[in-house]
Amino acid sequence: MPLESGEDLIAIDRVFLHERTGSVALESIVQSGRKPRAPKTVFVTMDHIVSNKADRRKDDARTPGGDVFITATREAAKTTGINLIDVLDADQGIVHVISPELGIAQPGLTLVCPDSHTCSQGALGALAWGIGSTDAEHAIVTGTLRVKKPPQMRITVKGELNSGVTAKDLALHIIKTYGAAGAKRCAVEYAGDAVEAMSIEQRLTLCNMAVEFAAFTAIIAPDATTLSYLNDKRYAPKGEMWDAGVRHWTTLKTESEAQFDFDYVIEAKDVKPTVTWGTSPAQAVAIDGFIPETTDVKALAYMDVESGKALSDLKIGGAFIGSCTNSRITDLRAAAKILDGHKVAEGVTAICVPGSMTVRREAEAEGLDIIFKAAGFEWGAAGCAFCFYAGGETFAPGTRVISSTNRNFEGRQGPGVRTHLASPTVVAASAIAGKITDPSEVSK
Amino acid sequence: MIPFTTHIGTAAPLMRDNIDTDQIIPSREMTSVSKTGLADGMFAGQRYIQDRIENPDFVLNQELYRGATILLSGKNFGCGSSREHAVWALKEYGFRAVIAESFGEIFYNNCVRNGILCVSLQASEIAKLGVIVSIDLPAQTVDEHVFSMPLGDKKMLVEGLDGIGLTMQNEAEILAYFEQDKITRPWAY
Repeated sequence: MPLESGEDLIAIDRVFLHERTGSVALESIVQSGRKPRAPKTVFVTMDHIVSNKADRRKDDARTPGGDVFITATREAAKTTGINLIDVLDADQGIVHVISPELGIAQPGLTLVCPDSHTCSQGALGALAWGIGSTDAEHAIVTGTLRVKKPPQMRITVKGELNSGVTAKDLALHIIKTYGAAGAKRCAVEYAGDAVEAMSIEQRLTLCNMAVEFAAFTAIIAPDATTLSYLNDKRYAPKGEMWDAGVRHWTTLKTESEAQFDFDYVIEAKDVKPTVTWGTSPAQAVAIDGFIPETTDVKALAYMDVESGKALSDLKIGGAFIGSCTNSRITDLRAAAKILDGHKVAEGVTAICVPGSMTVRREAEAEGLDIIFKAAGFEWGAAGCAFCFYAGGETFAPGTRVISSTNRNFEGRQGPGVRTHLASPTVVAASAIAGKITDPSEVSK
Repeated sequence: MIPFTTHIGTAAPLMRDNIDTDQIIPSREMTSVSKTGLADGMFAGQRYIQDRIENPDFVLNQELYRGATILLSGKNFGCGSSREHAVWALKEYGFRAVIAESFGEIFYNNCVRNGILCVSLQASEIAKLGVIVSIDLPAQTVDEHVFSMPLGDKKMLVEGLDGIGLTMQNEAEILAYFEQDKITRPWAY
């Protein structure tokens, strides 16, 4: 519904929350005496600061004092009657991993979450975007949000990605190409052969990084891959409702004559395994490349790197596989394939935290945990874990970490920690070699 | 929410691009389920050397900029995490406005919800601003520079409106919409 102010009041179909920013929104609702309009369409999980120890208890946080977020969220969830996915529940995991996994994100739905990586869920053809806590309160109480229609951008990825090149590499390549502000607050549609060929997991990775180049969100048109992924998921419609949904969803695509505010083309063949060297996701180069000349001396100093040096010369002290970007079963399979029969280099602390307890169980059923542990990786319980630092256990200051996460900001993984963003296979290969390494160089 | 009409204040320059919300309020400084108690942790990673001892090189610790109420920055200010705590921290510290080349989308919206004005100006215009800056939101000017702003955001700020209260005035239309939508898209319910 158009408002006089020039915004639109739009209906919100699903709200997802987590204990870090959702707790404030829920408490505020409780204190104001307001109520959720449709509590069964609101979900809350515990992911950001929960302990990642396999033997964790229901209130255990990985950050000192973090238990207050967990207990407050649990209480407020019960008071408001929304769906709670608690620390020890079988479904627990990172919001952007479990929402698709449970079939909560669906094509054509509007879905919001006070978390910037909500754009990930556009991979299902949902209009999903990150908001603040106040807007989360607004969405829960009114069932709507006041939104300024974002400008539209399309990025068409033509052709086929090279062997060994992942959705993460493509995401970093795109951000490197257009810059950290390159998406200009647009809703970005990813299209083209390379995107159509991707699994839902890969699409989730690609869409996940959209916020890192200043997109309002990202979206991919639903297709046969989407329907086959969603079919039979717990919260997906069933029977006649499924058929009716499918009839609608298959109409959700861009018309051939559609005009975008920005229409870009990327050649898939130009994308190589890509790794960041600096403190912005745009500060990235192909893995066989060199750290460029730059005026950002602060980034060079923080990362302790020099212009002109080869990226692959950099020795690492840490390796992390996890986060809403790359912690799904296909990510773990790809990393395990590299790690199988190898050991992590001496002096490298290597950690893998599956994105959800479902992923963890699936990986264990396939024996992937054995491969990770035999290689010298820690094997954690689901959550956001080492993607960001909020106090508590992390890598030592100054450690160079190769990480399958989404942000390489100064101090993101801990004070003085130097984060290089990469795909899970690059992380696995680098952990074995003890330096930044192209997976194709690991002996089979 | 405090309405924003005109404001004259000290403008502190943090002239880097991509200042993210992790820098504005590090996650370790978010220690309670609250919108307050955050000012002390604002920019903690740069503002203090350790144990809350001030870093003399940080702009807000310099005499000229103490008590600053306006921040100046580069491209993509407030990018990264959606944490509204970044805005609550800036607000509690006393900031009323941020003037930058561009903003992170979620941060920008969070500012509007909390009465903080985000103004986009060209780099060359920001470079011309002095220590004391005068903002007139109804006239959409920063000193002699004119800026643009979506009407809805301007109204929300100038009138100090609460979004939820405002939307509730459309309750009848919202209810009617949902009744119809349940018939149109039954699979979504």
